[in-house]
Amino acid sequence: MSAAGLKHRGNTLWIAAMIHRISGLALAIFLPIHFFVLGLAFHGGAHLDKFLRWSDQPLVKLAEGGLVFLLTVHLLGGLRLLVIENLDWRDGQKQLATLAAASAAVVAFIFLVRVF
Amino acid sequence: MPETPSELSVSLWRGGEDGHYRTYIVPRRESQTVLDVVTFVQRHLDPTLSYRFACRVGVCGSCAMTVNGRPRWTCRTHVAKVAGSGRLQIGPLQNLAVIKDLTTDMEQFFQKWQQAKGVFAPSRTRNEAVAEIRPGTPARVAADAAIECINCGVCYAGCDTVRWNAAYLGPAALTRAWTLVNDERDAGNAARLQAISASGGCHACHSHQSCQELCPQALNPTAAIAGLKRRTAAAYLKGEIKANKG
Amino acid sequence: MNVRLYVWQRATAALMAPLVLIHIAVIFYATRQNLTAADILSRTHGSIVWAAYYGIFVAAVSIHASIGVRNILAEWSPLSERRAGLFAVVVGMVLMLLGVHAIVALVVT
Repeated sequence: MSAAGLKHRGNTLWIAAMIHRISGLALAIFLPIHFFVLGLAFHGGAHLDKFLRWSDQPLVKLAEGGLVFLLTVHLLGGLRLLVIENLDWRDGQKQLATLAAASAAVVAFIFLVRVF
Repeated sequence: MPETPSELSVSLWRGGEDGHYRTYIVPRRESQTVLDVVTFVQRHLDPTLSYRFACRVGVCGSCAMTVNGRPRWTCRTHVAKVAGSGRLQIGPLQNLAVIKDLTTDMEQFFQKWQQAKGVFAPSRTRNEAVAEIRPGTPARVAADAAIECINCGVCYAGCDTVRWNAAYLGPAALTRAWTLVNDERDAGNAARLQAISASGGCHACHSHQSCQELCPQALNPTAAIAGLKRRTAAAYLKGEIKANKG
Repeated sequence: MNVRLYVWQRATAALMAPLVLIHIAVIFYATRQNLTAADILSRTHGSIVWAAYYGIFVAAVSIHASIGVRNILAEWSPLSERRAGLFAVVVGMVLMLLGVHAIVALVVT
């Protein structure tokens, strides 16, 4: 059957679920790199300093802003799920999901403003 | 093909899994439903078209099909609402094997219903007093909110987790399980909670909420499944159910 | 996904919620202050608090991320659930090892 593209996938909550999954995956891929870099602190941290200097460039800062967004959106989306799964049902999930994404964007924006 | 405002261009799925869409031109009528359109094709243009319907008035759920990418009851879908550009694409429900044209094999849907233990397990015999169920108790309110499922399959067809996870029991089966979990008379909850806690059970739900969005009965399987997650987690932590048994 | 994996994933998620908030605060502080490696080490070296905080965080994320990866693989890749589970265990172990290594680097050496 040719996938006619299920129309309802454009809906807010499906997008929110995809953002949650993709952000989690991206963070899971980022983490080993993050741990590796922190491991450069071994023995005085000369290697870590080299990395910190390297990371002082605009593109890297932009990427870090992206990471802050991913972490925050995954946290907020996850909190929304924990509420659904552990407390009584409440309507307005689309609004909550949109709020989560918007808040994460704001946090990432503030981060970028501070580091640039 | 000429399309005056009095005509509609309709693509219908023909064949089995490896079928194709075929286009028909159908007269447009006032207050026409998608089921009217399909029926017109079968009666006047192509008698070999296979499709299902029964009540025509939105109480049986037999006529569910994929309309312009979305699973719907075709008898309750006005053409005016969905065919804005004068085009309609109608296919069989997704996530189910296609028998022919617009009909699907619902076997798996009902098999999963059984697997989720969506069947009442009596706790009394005819020799005992009838159980008094007060409609206002929280459990009965929860059960009543989820009980009106007529097994149309729209939620199942619209669920991406069903699509991605062959073992997933699906929103309808789990919603029925939830009504029984909340039924004071039911004696089968130990087995039921166990059945929905295996791989493919309620924990596979990602709360996309497509089921709730699509349900023509305005049910909320996402909420029902969330309730099941709470009950099964508590049962697991208390040692009443195990993780690996189906 | 079954009830056991679900409980572990949601429990580690709940545990990490406050840890992530603290971590975001740390990120904001560290990047604004433009900390050098020496600055960081002077704060973390020998600190039981940092070791405990990041120790719990690493353990929790190793479990949480590996279960998440398991789900993605089981649903989106051709791998069977069993194979996805095995791959996920490897992911969890790698995260745990690298994470502990990083903590040792920051707190011990």
